[in-house]
Amino acid sequence: MKPPPIRRLPAPADPDDAPAADGFSWAAVARELGLTPGGGVNIAELAVDRHARSAIADKAAFRFLGAAGARREVSYRELAELTDRFGNALTALGIGRGDGVFVLCGRVCELYVAVLGALKIGAVVSPLFPSFGPEPIRNRIAQAAGKVLVTTAAAYRRKVAPLRGELPSLQHVLLIDAAGDADAGTLELHALLRAAPATPARVPTGPDDPALLHFTSGTTGQPKGALHVHGAVVGHYASARRALDLHPDDVFWCTADPGWVTGTSYGIVAPLVIGATSIVDEADFDPLRWLGILAGERVNVWYTAPTALRLLLKAGPELLAGRRFPDLRFIASVGEALNPEAVRWGQEAFGQTIHDTWWQSETGGIMIANAAGQPVRPGSMGRPLPGVVARVVRHVEGEPVTLIETPDTVGELALEAGWPSMFRGYLGQPGRYRESFAGDLYLSGDLVRRDADGYYWFVGRRDDVIKSAGHLIGPCEVESVLMAHPAVAEAAVIGKPDALAGEVVKAFVTLRHGARPDDALRLELLAHARRRLGAAVAPKEIAFVLELPHTRSGKIMRRRLKARELGLPEDDMPAWGEEK
Amino acid sequence: MSLSSEQVRAEVLAILKRLAPEVDPAQIVPDQVLRTQVDLDSMDWLNVLACIHEQLGVNIPELDYGKVVTLDSMVAYLTARLAAASPA
Repeated sequence: MKPPPIRRLPAPADPDDAPAADGFSWAAVARELGLTPGGGVNIAELAVDRHARSAIADKAAFRFLGAAGARREVSYRELAELTDRFGNALTALGIGRGDGVFVLCGRVCELYVAVLGALKIGAVVSPLFPSFGPEPIRNRIAQAAGKVLVTTAAAYRRKVAPLRGELPSLQHVLLIDAAGDADAGTLELHALLRAAPATPARVPTGPDDPALLHFTSGTTGQPKGALHVHGAVVGHYASARRALDLHPDDVFWCTADPGWVTGTSYGIVAPLVIGATSIVDEADFDPLRWLGILAGERVNVWYTAPTALRLLLKAGPELLAGRRFPDLRFIASVGEALNPEAVRWGQEAFGQTIHDTWWQSETGGIMIANAAGQPVRPGSMGRPLPGVVARVVRHVEGEPVTLIETPDTVGELALEAGWPSMFRGYLGQPGRYRESFAGDLYLSGDLVRRDADGYYWFVGRRDDVIKSAGHLIGPCEVESVLMAHPAVAEAAVIGKPDALAGEVVKAFVTLRHGARPDDALRLELLAHARRRLGAAVAPKEIAFVLELPHTRSGKIMRRRLKARELGLPEDDMPAWGEEK
Repeated sequence: MSLSSEQVRAEVLAILKRLAPEVDPAQIVPDQVLRTQVDLDSMDWLNVLACIHEQLGVNIPELDYGKVVTLDSMVAYLTARLAAASPA
């Protein structure tokens, strides 16, 4: 990986001199974790090794639930050994500080070992969503010049092997489930782990050394690799305690896949640093199974997503009849605004208020939340956590960004730079990184309003990014794959409102001369997009149109398409930054 | 409406092929979990169930999701539901 331009946070002269009004200071949290100013920090050391040397060494760090019913606990001591072996195996392969390590597999033990083991030796880890198709995988590994991929034999054959020639940086593919018959150009992970010594694997890292890479989507151009540093761990730790009310004795279940930032910050890092036990379920969403896990595994703190909550709600009261969750103490949600009905349903179903939280890949951790002990306003994302300074700003292309102080006025949500888990660069795209700040304000792209009591309410996106089931999808990534089909002249992609997913991807295409807009072609385009992008990114609907609306300079006006889809007058859509 | 299990299987595969046209039915191992073989996200899965409801008239409640995880088990489940619903 090319050394990225890391933005360093200014070190306060003496942070303890100026704690916030509520007594909070990031320096005090860092001290609590045993960190010293100017000293080193490594996420895996704080998450695993520190506990393996302590009284909780034999406590379960993870409880892995297999899709077919297997149940396996891995203690902090075992996790330390496995991650040492993985780190040493990488070192033996010549992988070290700053090298890109990608992970592409389901939620199994090997994924967690790979992420934490790679962090130990200073490599930069990027977990990929297992539903990505070949094109999103190729693009992300290529952008980061990834050297290692940890995956399954099936995923390798289907999604990576056909494109291996386009990934010259990729030196090693480690298969977690190959047994003696590994494909050409791959290695068996378990053979490497057995051969590697269990001696401590450690490369010293500092707070500004890159650690994690999470790809996110913008309206235009390539997916953006938001780069995070080892020092982010201070933010993961503090926010999990404050926003999720997570304590060392808790059984915690974060349902997100590590391929999305939530599944890494709160599915891997935060609960381990706190010293809790995390449930990891390999299977896909299944209402009955999920309720069984909540009760049977005696989950205390549950962090999930609005789509899952709405699917449970939809299943009706029979699903919950006779079920009790006496151990469940705190429920939180992330991904998109949680509708008030879902909050009320949580109260009926679980006897618990569901606490909405807001953050992004770029923020690295929860920024705004209905935190424990504060009154919840159903439908609101809550208030900024201690150490986070949020603003509402007026942000119009070509004009200076100004603060909006009047309550209940819509503007863009902005954050004052300086929280520890702030992203420090977009890999290889320094211009786009600069554009996401106005002075010391990070501009989130989300439109919000703040009420008179300081609660924030999500309004929409400033750009054309699609939010489906809590995940951002860049229209450009989808459009460029559609336009690669010989029958397509031009494509435009929007988020079509959907009661369960928030939005689903809908594509409008114009055809080249001679192509017939029939059902056979529609299915062919759908297959083409799904094969390349995977189900998580590909459109759910494709419509043929005779022409697409353009600006005078030729850009597609997706907002017009969206207005048409919604049956709104086309001038009613907010046209932030759009050319007229 | 009573259908043979072969007819039900053909209907289910036709629905899958409409929603995920990249799927090659010949590649599906019928006694293994469908969603790990066919790339279906949660929304795709709900769409499959909605199409089954529409075309076969069988509504699969959430409580029965565990009974329809493989192609074989889904066909057996639907065939039995259709037989139970049709007049003797």
